[in-house]
Amino acid sequence: MTSKAAIRAEAEILFAAFRAEGALPVEADILQPAETLLDLYGEDIRARAYVTTDPLRGEMMLRPDFTVPVVQAHMAHGAEPARYCYMGEVFRKQDSHSTRANEYLQVGFELFDRTAPEQADAQVFALFARLLAPLNLRAATGDIGILMAAVRGLSTTDRRKAALLRHIWRPNRFRALLDRFSGRAPMPAARAALLDHLQKDSPEALTLAAGTLVGLRSPEDIAARARALIDDAATPAIAAPEAALLYDLLSLQAPARAALNHLRGITPMLPAIAPAVDRFATRLDALDTLGTDTATLPFEASHGRTSLEYYDGFVFSFHAADPALPPVASGGRYDALTAVLGQGRSIPAVGGVIRPGLVARLKGSV
Amino acid sequence: MLKIGVPSKGRLMEKTFDWFGARGIAMRQTGNDREYSGAVDGIDGVELVLLSAGEIPRELSAGRIHLGVTGSDLVRDKLADWPAQVAELAPLGFGHADLVLAVPVAWIDVDTLDDLDAAAAAFRAAHGHRLRIATKYHRLVRDFLTKNGVADYQLVDSQGATEGTVKNLTAEAIADITSTGETLRANHLKVLSDGLIHQSQAVLFLARAADWGAQDRATLATLCARLGLAAPADL
Repeated sequence: MTSKAAIRAEAEILFAAFRAEGALPVEADILQPAETLLDLYGEDIRARAYVTTDPLRGEMMLRPDFTVPVVQAHMAHGAEPARYCYMGEVFRKQDSHSTRANEYLQVGFELFDRTAPEQADAQVFALFARLLAPLNLRAATGDIGILMAAVRGLSTTDRRKAALLRHIWRPNRFRALLDRFSGRAPMPAARAALLDHLQKDSPEALTLAAGTLVGLRSPEDIAARARALIDDAATPAIAAPEAALLYDLLSLQAPARAALNHLRGITPMLPAIAPAVDRFATRLDALDTLGTDTATLPFEASHGRTSLEYYDGFVFSFHAADPALPPVASGGRYDALTAVLGQGRSIPAVGGVIRPGLVARLKGSV
Repeated sequence: MLKIGVPSKGRLMEKTFDWFGARGIAMRQTGNDREYSGAVDGIDGVELVLLSAGEIPRELSAGRIHLGVTGSDLVRDKLADWPAQVAELAPLGFGHADLVLAVPVAWIDVDTLDDLDAAAAAFRAAHGHRLRIATKYHRLVRDFLTKNGVADYQLVDSQGATEGTVKNLTAEAIADITSTGETLRANHLKVLSDGLIHQSQAVLFLARAADWGAQDRATLATLCARLGLAAPADL
């Protein structure tokens, strides 16, 4: 058997297993409108996805994943609750001369259910764990929902919370903002100079004095942000104990049950995370019931915080021993994505993908 | 034959000829001054190939020339993972230009990338589309903005007169090369204080993918000795 045929055979087995769970097979176009993906992921996606041009339909992308088209299909005409599975190639540009594949098969499973999200999380994880069990992979889990709840619960302005939430998937930028808002990093000289200048007159007068205004960004846009900067400069730093809890949370890494105990311990000081911690506890109970040992299951509060991701709750991945290999499987909860794509409607959703090419390789069949 | 690609016209060509000439390698155009053919005197086994500066990165990548002179900005923008494809043998000290990010001078609230990012978020909310940055240096600009955590922007392609795109309402900001900043000022734009993306100059590059036979290696060693350069150890 050629390696492609062996990988496809592996994919068929996984696909059949998802169908046996009652998942409805869905197909997605390989050519996706670029605009939707660009609006979701930003310009960074151009570095990862193949862009091509259709003379009538404009910019198109070779699908970099299935989640977006599957969610779109569900939002357009799906019944609830729903479970879907899919199998097909995805395309990812590799910008360096690495050995990572730029075209590979994915087999995926997505669960749309509003009744018991934590049960759904546990079901998806347990299903993936069962299918991958023969490979002895290392599991990794996280929960971005706890981090988001902690940010929302900070005693600071809505503007600062929004800035932190906007960069939650960009860990370096998030850290820089948090350092600034908590007073750990000094105000950069450029910002101090800018604020000095803004104090001199009204934003409108300063804009006029600065020179001819060109472009679409209006004097009102400029004045609004200038006032926001002045307000923000007067905002007190996030209190040290509260900031310390957030830093602690960012670096929390422990077996899931121990992590839960730790989170229970800090909840009285950060009460806003209580509902998210309760959901975490419910999910761990559900995982235990389904046969996952949560006393040893690894948990990292920051797991899954990379760009080009859209997870906002439970996240998981399965890794081979060789650190050079990409994750064999990954997934998570993406409730916010369904709201963005649903134009006002949304549905709690969780799912994941397996790379049959890596499964076949680890089994030694290619 | 060791092929060396040199810009085919203008100041870049003259300055390149001067640089080699000062080191005892005489390059000259042959035929009339509109004919793209040249010759190298003072060393054996070297062939001069006159090319558009913009095409030299591609020719280096393909290995159709062994060495080439072009701007460091063009190599970084046009070649993915450029250090894997070419080696920098020597900066040549001319063709200086800065690739910078510039915004309207009347944006009194924007001085740094941090400000640009915040302004982009507010702009998208107010105007319904991402803040547009006009440029022809897509890879360099995108990598720079990604590294600095700027979001909610989009790149729009502009192959010329980029400074005019803001006034023409096809972009809100630009990223382009400048040497004196005069064109930026004339178009009511200012450079962000941390908006220097790349300081470019002409560089002598070596193509890793070229066919480096024993003869060409020997020629390279001679050439490097004449130019006072260390030959790359990892070729």
